[in-house]
Amino acid sequence: MSNLTDLTVAQIRDGFRAGDFTAREVAEGFNANVAAAKVLNAFIVETPDHALAAADAADKARGEGDLLPLSGVPIGMKDLFCTAGVQTTAASHMLEGFTPTYESTVSGKLWAAGAGMLGKLNLDQFAMGSSNETSFFGNVISPWKRNDGGNAALAPGGSSGGSASAISARLCPAATGTDTGGSIRQPAAFVGISGIKPTYGRCSRWGVVAFASSLDQAGPMARTIRDNAILLESMAGFDPKDSTSLDLPVPNWETALSSDLRGKKVGIPKEYRVDGMPAEIEALWEKGIALLKDAGAEVVEVSLPHTRYALPTYYIIAPAEASSNLARYDGVRYGLRDLPDGANLQDMYAATRAAGFGPEVKRRIMIGTYVLSAGFYDAYYTQAQKVRTLIARDFDRAFESCDLLLTPTAPSAAFALGEKQADPLAMYLNDVFTVPASLAGLPAMSVPGGLDSQGLPLGLQIIGKALDEQGVLNAGLAIEERAGFSARPDQWW
Amino acid sequence: MAIDLQTVKKIASLARISVTDGEAEALVPELNNIIGWVEQLGEVDVTGVEPMTAVIPNTLRLRDDVVTDGNVRDKVLANAPQAEHGFFAVPKVIE
Repeated sequence: MSNLTDLTVAQIRDGFRAGDFTAREVAEGFNANVAAAKVLNAFIVETPDHALAAADAADKARGEGDLLPLSGVPIGMKDLFCTAGVQTTAASHMLEGFTPTYESTVSGKLWAAGAGMLGKLNLDQFAMGSSNETSFFGNVISPWKRNDGGNAALAPGGSSGGSASAISARLCPAATGTDTGGSIRQPAAFVGISGIKPTYGRCSRWGVVAFASSLDQAGPMARTIRDNAILLESMAGFDPKDSTSLDLPVPNWETALSSDLRGKKVGIPKEYRVDGMPAEIEALWEKGIALLKDAGAEVVEVSLPHTRYALPTYYIIAPAEASSNLARYDGVRYGLRDLPDGANLQDMYAATRAAGFGPEVKRRIMIGTYVLSAGFYDAYYTQAQKVRTLIARDFDRAFESCDLLLTPTAPSAAFALGEKQADPLAMYLNDVFTVPASLAGLPAMSVPGGLDSQGLPLGLQIIGKALDEQGVLNAGLAIEERAGFSARPDQWW
Repeated sequence: MAIDLQTVKKIASLARISVTDGEAEALVPELNNIIGWVEQLGEVDVTGVEPMTAVIPNTLRLRDDVVTDGNVRDKVLANAPQAEHGFFAVPKVIE
């Protein structure tokens, strides 16, 4: 029997069904890997018993011929999804010890589909960050190392850094992520795995700790396109508890997977050739173009003229929504309370929020508060929402002449921890290629394209029309089959 | 400077985040950098452009005006820092 923790979700599902191994063996294998990888700090809470209970239920169901779509598959859960009876922190001190009495819709759907939970995965605090360095519970470490003989600890990307690190290190075969401006795609690219942010509204936001409600979307992360399709089918679907949930049937994405791209047009947005783009990223992009042509696609140049305004638009809208969403942390109903001696209610709010939020969260709340404040609202927030309309319109026009877009996922490979921390703006620029699709609510995924000269993974991003997750997954599959990406980090932990 | 120390303190107060003088001073250049950078949006011609309200066309649904949940007081209070007699407890607010 091969090492069970090297298997993909599809291989676990199918091998388990075929009777090659038990679900308990799989869960025990991953539990052991999780326990042995504490140095990566990928998990905030480990839940081996949850994984074992789901495995035992799967083994029993197999005996009775009563299998569910994800029977036998254990996964990691980003600690932004509320899980009943299991601490949910959003990687913040504010929510340390918070134990939801309810289950998020997405996690509940995954458990109902038979999946088990290996633990709650670390992330940037309140999902604000691109390197997983803002977590109250410490940095997540990427399992990857540069091939220069140095031993620099690398960032796994963010905000879904725990998910990325854990999957890449074989601590779980797949995990949930959430993506507000690139938080699934950029970490996936940094560790050489795949991840898809579906169309806004596909996955319910109910029970997901809110960051920026008009941008937040849940999605899967895994090592293969097929695994992403499998997971997404169980995560997506209409939820009356989320007013922005799309009331549409969930397609059978896995069944319809096809890497034959004949008849498809792939657009290359010329504005993504940003100044100072590293030659390796340029070469990766060219390689992606060649792979898609090889799969039968026609490649055309398109224009997204407002691309350069996407990041500043995002950094008005996301903090504005965050300042509003995070107003709920008041020390009254849940989470931390800091009540200095003799403090009144207002003092308690201010002290609680000063103690409970990290520096990046405070920074964004304050930017959001500023751009929404009297006298500035129209100049900043309304203007940003208008530019957002123009950015979405750019995509609509581009999709008149193509079906999909291909771009790099990130402007560089993974950087070392601490390397970009001093300058918030430099960190924000990491999301330059992922933010536009978020602002337009479009499905987008990252798929590994190759390694850079330092031996680190680089990702290619595919952006699709609204609701065309299938087109995105299929193009991802075409790249996956042709890129032949098989690199994995050497186990040093 | 668009944002001075006094403005930072005012924003912090609006956001209900207490800041020390040192923290406020450190925030002045940080917030100025970020706000200065996003101000480039001012150069975009948005004549006749409506602000976005929904990324994916969707209509807000109506449902029957009936009670759909409730009777979960203890669950609601389960994570409260201080709950007394079935209520959230806060410092005295009547001056």
